[in-house]
Amino acid sequence: MSTVDISALLYLVCAVLFIFAIRGLASPETARQGNKIGILGMVLAAGTTLFLVKDNLDGVTFGLITGGVVIGGGIGAVLATRAPMTSMPQMVGMFNALGGMASLLVALAAFYAPASFGLLGAEGTIAPRSLVEMSLSVLIGAITFSGSLIAALKLNGSIPGGPIILPLRHVLNLLIALGIVALIVVTANSNGAQSGGGMLLIWIAILALIFGVTLVIPIGGADMPVVVSMLNSYSGWAAAALGFTLSNFALIVVGAIVGASGAILSYIMCKAMNRSFISVIAGGFGGDDADTAVRADNSDKPVKIGSADDAAFILKNASKVIIVPGYGMAVAQAQHALKEMADSLKEAGVDVSYAIHPVAGRMPGHMNVLLAEAQVPYDEIYEMDDINSSFKQADVAFVIGANDVTNPGAKDDPSSPIYGMPVLEVWNAGTTMFIKRSLASGYAGVQNDLFYRENTMMLLDDAKKMVENIVKAL
Amino acid sequence: MSKLKPASLVSGFVFAALILSPTAFAQSGNEAINPLIFRLAVFVLAAFVGYYVVWAVTPALHTPLMSVTNAISAVVVVGAIVAAAASSLGSTNSEIVQKVWAAKWLGVGAVALACINIFGGFMVTNRMLAMYKKKERPAAEAKSSDSQAV
Repeated sequence: MSTVDISALLYLVCAVLFIFAIRGLASPETARQGNKIGILGMVLAAGTTLFLVKDNLDGVTFGLITGGVVIGGGIGAVLATRAPMTSMPQMVGMFNALGGMASLLVALAAFYAPASFGLLGAEGTIAPRSLVEMSLSVLIGAITFSGSLIAALKLNGSIPGGPIILPLRHVLNLLIALGIVALIVVTANSNGAQSGGGMLLIWIAILALIFGVTLVIPIGGADMPVVVSMLNSYSGWAAAALGFTLSNFALIVVGAIVGASGAILSYIMCKAMNRSFISVIAGGFGGDDADTAVRADNSDKPVKIGSADDAAFILKNASKVIIVPGYGMAVAQAQHALKEMADSLKEAGVDVSYAIHPVAGRMPGHMNVLLAEAQVPYDEIYEMDDINSSFKQADVAFVIGANDVTNPGAKDDPSSPIYGMPVLEVWNAGTTMFIKRSLASGYAGVQNDLFYRENTMMLLDDAKKMVENIVKAL
Repeated sequence: MSKLKPASLVSGFVFAALILSPTAFAQSGNEAINPLIFRLAVFVLAAFVGYYVVWAVTPALHTPLMSVTNAISAVVVVGAIVAAAASSLGSTNSEIVQKVWAAKWLGVGAVALACINIFGGFMVTNRMLAMYKKKERPAAEAKSSDSQAV
């Protein structure tokens, strides 16, 4: 067997290891081991490649690669240890961006040094097929990069989270898309030897970068979980496209799996918000106009406002409490106080569980991580479909920092913008307690009718302070 | 036919691949199959594998799933290393040398970016997974909590 065959087999082994890494995530017990298998796969992949190019590894090259690993690895390590769990969505968004950019750079490099990638034909040209694959890697990589960057900045609050509507954006997007297709056709027929060829790819990159921005910037903050998942998927497709260029099985397999993973997650998020993928991409959802209008006609309804002592009294005498946490809880850093409250309730013999809506955080599974950080055992936490029927038997539904995901309007008010979205049926519990700073609407900009119901008790304060006061009163 | 489940579709795919592969080998003597088709086959089958593996991931671990996919899709580092190790193979043609150095620097940049994802992705996943704890439960409590799941 030749060196190339052996390395191809080793790359296949890497691909299998990566599949096992994801397979491990089927349960928290096997997940950590899965992560280790993934690291093993990565070490094997890098090692195989170094072995493959060993003849070219002179001092300078080795120094350059080591420098890249040290700088990149250092930055990655610092980010991974410092980032708070609340900013995981931005972090994943940024990782998506970097992954896209890495694919773009490698595709460009393959164009400039086709001989090193085995892409140089007999006549000193690059095959049209390879040129199309390179163009696709550059295209998907660039869209992933700029789109993810915008998404990360929005999630980080560095730019306004609401939809930013550009004039004539659909026409603009169409024109850019047509321009990119035309450029790819020209590139495919350029045989790659012309000196202008590099510029063609760079033009594709520039147009695709703009496209990524115009694609994501009109999408509102409430839809960001879908967008981050979608871009996660794109970073996979970018890797797969590169895998075709380099005929590398590890890249093709990983790209396909990551692509599928992101696509599935965006599907789950869309379904949880009752939104079609197309309407998310079209953007414009989550503005502020609707909410001021609706709020006005609700403002004179009576609201039952309770104190920490009232809440503590009811909670203590309950036999079953379901806690519904939302992103607001994490913003107020109330999860540790909440865990303390749950512990003292459990000591008093109250049955406490947690109900999580799929879009409770700002990315898929975000709330589970935030609760895990507060040392809430994962087997006390239930997904929406598993717990929704239990609210009827619960004495108290304790909603903290969540809003839209409990809105009964989604079930019975066809005029509500979120009508049809699956929600946690907290109103079926004996008492619904709502910790909120004010009666303002939620992230999606929709008013919640639940605040004005007979069996709802509003606890208006900062979530952390309120929970701490309840703990004291217990 | 209308009740065809995805699972049976996949087994159909695998079955077809098994049937077709001897034919592919037999033909390769006279006329080789375009390698692009093999790559495409790997890609399509991997997408199916991905579909099933990802649906099996518990929703509680969807955030670690995303960060670990960040890390493993940074396997583009293999392409980045090849680029950084590009060589003009002794050619003195200044245009080729220039292009090779462009490729090298692009490769080094890609190595650095991919390594941010590799180290960052695996480490942050590890950090998250370390936080998932099971309830320490005495036998009696275990019973009551199992019934609450209904």
